[in-house]
Amino acid sequence: MIKIFLPYKIRENLDVPTEIEAYGSNLRNLIDHIEDMYPGVKEYLVDEGKLRPGMSAVIDGKTTRLGLIHKLDNVAEIHFLPSIAGGSK
Amino acid sequence: MVSTPENKNYKVIGTRPIRHDGYDKVTGRAQYGADIKLPGMLTGAVARSPYAHAKIKSIDTSEAEKMDGVFAVMTAKDLPRLGDVVRGNSEESGSEKHLSENVMAFDKVLYKGHVVAAVAAKDQNTAFEAVKKIKVDYEVLKPVIDVDQAMAKDASILHEDYSGDHLGKKVKNTNIAAHVRHENGDIDNGFEKSDLVVEKEVDMQTVHQGYLEPHSGTAVWDEEDRVKVWTSTQGSFAVRDSVSKVLDLDVSRVKVTPMEIGGGFGGKIPIYLEPISAVLSKKTRRPVKTLMSRTDVFDATGPGPGGKVKVKIGIDSEGKILAAYADIRLEAGAYPEAFIEAAAKCVFSCYDVPSMKIDAYDVVVNKPSSAPYRAPASPQVAFATETVVDEICNIKGYDPIDFRLKNVAEKGTRTALGPKYRTIGLKECLEAAKDSDHWKSNLDSNPKPGKKRGRGIASGYWFNIGFKSSVNLSLNPDGKVALIEGSTDIGGSRASIAMQAAEVLGIPAEDVRPSVVDTDSIGITDVTGGSRTTYATGYAAYNAAHKLIEQIIEKSALKWDINKDQIEYSDGVVKSKADSELKMTLKEIADDPPGGPIVSSASVDLEEAGGGFAVHIADLEIDEETGKTDIVNYTAIQDVGKAIHPSYVEGQMQGGAAQGIGWALNEEYFMSDDGIMLNSSYLDYRMPTSLDLPMINTIMVEVPSEEHPYGVRGVGEPPIVPPVPAIGNAINNALGLRLLSTPMKPSRITEALKRKK
Repeated sequence: MIKIFLPYKIRENLDVPTEIEAYGSNLRNLIDHIEDMYPGVKEYLVDEGKLRPGMSAVIDGKTTRLGLIHKLDNVAEIHFLPSIAGGSK
Repeated sequence: MVSTPENKNYKVIGTRPIRHDGYDKVTGRAQYGADIKLPGMLTGAVARSPYAHAKIKSIDTSEAEKMDGVFAVMTAKDLPRLGDVVRGNSEESGSEKHLSENVMAFDKVLYKGHVVAAVAAKDQNTAFEAVKKIKVDYEVLKPVIDVDQAMAKDASILHEDYSGDHLGKKVKNTNIAAHVRHENGDIDNGFEKSDLVVEKEVDMQTVHQGYLEPHSGTAVWDEEDRVKVWTSTQGSFAVRDSVSKVLDLDVSRVKVTPMEIGGGFGGKIPIYLEPISAVLSKKTRRPVKTLMSRTDVFDATGPGPGGKVKVKIGIDSEGKILAAYADIRLEAGAYPEAFIEAAAKCVFSCYDVPSMKIDAYDVVVNKPSSAPYRAPASPQVAFATETVVDEICNIKGYDPIDFRLKNVAEKGTRTALGPKYRTIGLKECLEAAKDSDHWKSNLDSNPKPGKKRGRGIASGYWFNIGFKSSVNLSLNPDGKVALIEGSTDIGGSRASIAMQAAEVLGIPAEDVRPSVVDTDSIGITDVTGGSRTTYATGYAAYNAAHKLIEQIIEKSALKWDINKDQIEYSDGVVKSKADSELKMTLKEIADDPPGGPIVSSASVDLEEAGGGFAVHIADLEIDEETGKTDIVNYTAIQDVGKAIHPSYVEGQMQGGAAQGIGWALNEEYFMSDDGIMLNSSYLDYRMPTSLDLPMINTIMVEVPSEEHPYGVRGVGEPPIVPPVPAIGNAINNALGLRLLSTPMKPSRITEALKRKK
């Protein structure tokens, strides 16, 4: 099982604990598992088959560049965080 | 230089060759944005709003259109109206609608200088006269020019059609575009158990990146609806994407050629004039070049956000931090996104804090839409945190370095946003600071009569992004290597990237010739920004060089008719492992290689490089009568990962420090109550010159990044973070006065001294 930390706004709006556990062979499967436990989370995290713009997943300290296909072998924890934004608006 | 890990025996890395673009730059041959000349080219000019906040009731362009020498006039009606779609996940992100509206206002102007119309004319004088004949009927609205005004209950609203995201809830009629929160641990319990709790709120004024070269945009819209753009930018692909969005064209219809860039510091990521020149070109079927004046740059291009930051820190009786809270309110300017997530990531980044909470607010105000400025939002939050830390040390009598070492963030420390640090070098920087000649020297506490001296220290952080880069290499018949890249060279990155390829190939840096090319000539490369270029594009060069060696070995095997496993390559020579007489130089294998030329390419899409930390020490002298502050000694210490070209790393450290000193002591958008910047020239916007600064001493600490084969970390951004708090702390040390607003200019110092008396 992988420790999962969701952004404050998801936890507050969907009444999700600060830290949960989930599993999946890749990020896509893991999010499906979280959705099974806490319906509504997936909509915050995924849009049109990709990580939602404005959302990032930090897997054991590294922000994934592969997105939902990122394989989760020997992963301890994942933080879903609002991505760092601001620039050519 | 302090060298922490084992030093590998590099031949090229760590040396200081002359930069490949040096002669072109110093002889004036280099072509910048304003230098482009095309046959039949027209001059573009724009009409800008004189008001900070107003509805556009009507625009009458008829008089301008009738003028001799005017070829076309445009308004926002000539642009497609875009929806509120969110783009990307980086320094290039934002809303498509806002991207377009910032180029040219549709219904409302949101800052003084907002473009409302444009003309193309035979020459500049005609274009400027035509702009004067454009009549705009405005309904002037009350502006909000700082976070307090914008967040007030009765505030004038900038975006009536926009919903703010307040902790996940959509809220209408608000200037707070976003409120985010991060929590770790039990903060209430942490403060309750604290032996001492210190809280301060700082107020940072809006500042500009202050690059030498104003913005430009030249475009040709051809008969096949293909648009060619020449511009001064930090990211040609970002311009391509933004221009294609604003003009509603497929990206492949837009080709962007980056000219040499006269500074950017983040401010040359957004687009401004490029789509306007393109539309004017479409209307006239001629090339159009549009330039900004210095006043245009101040009035209408992205400054670094001002704002207010409150920080509260609690410590136990042993001096360990137990809890920390931050309330961050930053000005996004006219359109959302003030880097509040970056601010949250940076605010407590230097410390191991067991419980913390951060509230961050992205606030729109009637100022130009903010743009990245060197470690965006990190200096603002560092001013608050490092001021509180200094106050704690003063109250408790702690040595400021020892306190920081006691609470230092290290590998495995959980950051404010949750993830743990990988290998970082803050501890090594603090130890280097403690061991520095500067820190060990005595501050002259008895200067001339009427002067007071003080010393301050502060830490800072930037997280250093990765992202996409591409590099192509080709081995020329003379044995030299051509390197093609898409990263605009702002701070010597041609050299640092070529050197990484040269190190792999075992040839001199001078034998790798780098070229920065257009968007049709190289794979996607993200912006030169976020301190990513030497790391990510350098990594692509490293990979491409290894692939080139594979090609060299394969071609040699064909030529010698032996198995490639029997061949080895080192230092520009390919050899048979079995026959010592069988060898070729690069020049020999490159001369008519079997099966075609020897080329390679590589691309990467990297995660973060691992954070970069800086510690600065500032000694200053203050004239108590005039309030004038002189920096008398300054040392910048930084974990640079691995310095590929030490001179350019030192240059980044010194440049960042100089900009931070300007931010601390002099620079500000001085605004009238109706939202007009009153100091929009370099005569009045006071940046430090060489006469104002001492030599900035540098100490490079090398703690290699785990993510790069040479340990590269970005170095461009951390050095702007510590100067503001280091100087604030030094002023407090000199005068016993805690100034909490930037700039800490002479009038603020004399006023504070009067209040103290």
